[in-house]
Amino acid sequence: MTVAIVGAAETTELGRIPDMSQIQLHADAALNAFADAGIRARDIDGVATAGESPVNIAHYLGIAPRWVDGSSVGGCSFMLHVRHAAAAIEAGYAHTVLITHGESGRSGVGRGGRGGGGGSLLAQFESPYGSMGPTTMFTIGVLRYMKQYGMTHEQLAMVAVVQREWAGMNPRASYRDPITVDDVLNSRMIAYPFHLLECCLVTDGGGALILTSAERAADFPHKPVYILGSGESVETPMVSQMKDLTSSQAFRIAGSEAMRSAGINHGDVDHMMVYDAFAHLPIWGLEDLGFCGRGEAPAFIEDGNTRPGGTLPLNTNGGGLSYMHSGMYGMYALQESVRQMRGTAPAQVPGAAVSLCLGVGGMFAASGCIVMGNELP
Amino acid sequence: MADSPRRRPRPLGQPTPETQHFWDGTKAGELRLQRCNDCGHVYFPPRSLCPACSSRNVDVFSASGKGKLLSYVINHRPHPSFDGPYAIAVVELDEGPTMLSNIVDCDQSPEALVLDMPLEVTFEDNGDLAVPLFRPRESQS
Repeated sequence: MTVAIVGAAETTELGRIPDMSQIQLHADAALNAFADAGIRARDIDGVATAGESPVNIAHYLGIAPRWVDGSSVGGCSFMLHVRHAAAAIEAGYAHTVLITHGESGRSGVGRGGRGGGGGSLLAQFESPYGSMGPTTMFTIGVLRYMKQYGMTHEQLAMVAVVQREWAGMNPRASYRDPITVDDVLNSRMIAYPFHLLECCLVTDGGGALILTSAERAADFPHKPVYILGSGESVETPMVSQMKDLTSSQAFRIAGSEAMRSAGINHGDVDHMMVYDAFAHLPIWGLEDLGFCGRGEAPAFIEDGNTRPGGTLPLNTNGGGLSYMHSGMYGMYALQESVRQMRGTAPAQVPGAAVSLCLGVGGMFAASGCIVMGNELP
Repeated sequence: MADSPRRRPRPLGQPTPETQHFWDGTKAGELRLQRCNDCGHVYFPPRSLCPACSSRNVDVFSASGKGKLLSYVINHRPHPSFDGPYAIAVVELDEGPTMLSNIVDCDQSPEALVLDMPLEVTFEDNGDLAVPLFRPRESQS
């Protein structure tokens, strides 16, 4: 397949633009490119950018992408984006990709970079209220979920109890002693309704993966683990701007893309990982990917479906709550999926042939989902 | 002046050309939102385009300042600007958008902070910027 450029534009002005912040320069160029191509943001399903996070750009412009690239390697980043976009379009990951650049190099207005400086929306509209990162912001939708679906504090605590059960089978887990619902509810309050044991660990560690073609995989010493499907998306850099506090749009898009591209149904999944920075993440993941109906995941977990011997073994390394969490835990979720597919996990799920691994980025800002299998598709 | 759990100045951001109208509004005692003249979408946070239809044809208007408590956490960890524990809340405005804020003139407890309780905006002067906060209101007012 040959890929073409069908829209191209620069910002309306060039030179000195003190009346636009950096993100608005991205947006101004994007709107001009939309006009050039005769499309709108809703026609875009892939976003690539550098200098700003693609999360910020997608949210600012109102794009719900199924392909995202934030490769940032300096001034040639956009050449890499074009190459990656061409591969993505060829692979069917996206139909129409937007690549943006904007930089207030002279006027220095709203030059936040990826983390967001003083002029970022986050610094203006969330930080003043005493937000303190994940413990206060990742967790903010849970009371709404409890009211909407009747989840109890005990059911939320149960997520941590079940994952400790898995951790107890894993000699490398940070915490292995069994805990009860009471232990969880009696642990220190961090950000109501979240207690210490419902929050992930903070540890050191690392991980790495090596990929090659299925053709070459046979030349390597271990049983290959195949990538059957994948999905990705972003929603918003600000939790307060999620379209629904009780559900992640990024989970829904990434998860459905991953399952569709793998050609699998829910019943085909033998093993599942959901990045659990906090105890409610597995609940959001199970529901947003359709493994449970809305409001049904707390009872699903309480009934033992995700525990050892259950119908859908989940977070079998003990998860971010008990195994380890260095900050960007997604790598460890992938490692456990690989171990399960190789048949070498400490808490091996007997006969598992398909593993679904769902990651979160930021605080529901982004999601990536990988389906792995131990047989060639 | 709102009765706030704050003890030292809040960490404030810097207005940009696209958000200046919002912060001018809070100084003047108004909560300003934006509306698209093409599709009618009302949105927050501020930006010079409509995130629903990509139009540049957008206006600023003064919102009612009324909303309801959508969700919150009560932070128990120390923050340099607050006497804890204090609530961080998502407020759903009557016009549709949500925004993060603090709830003032109200006990910072699960018993006092009831989801869906009606709220109204109040502004706290922080020198350069006035920050919009919310307080309980009678549902008929």
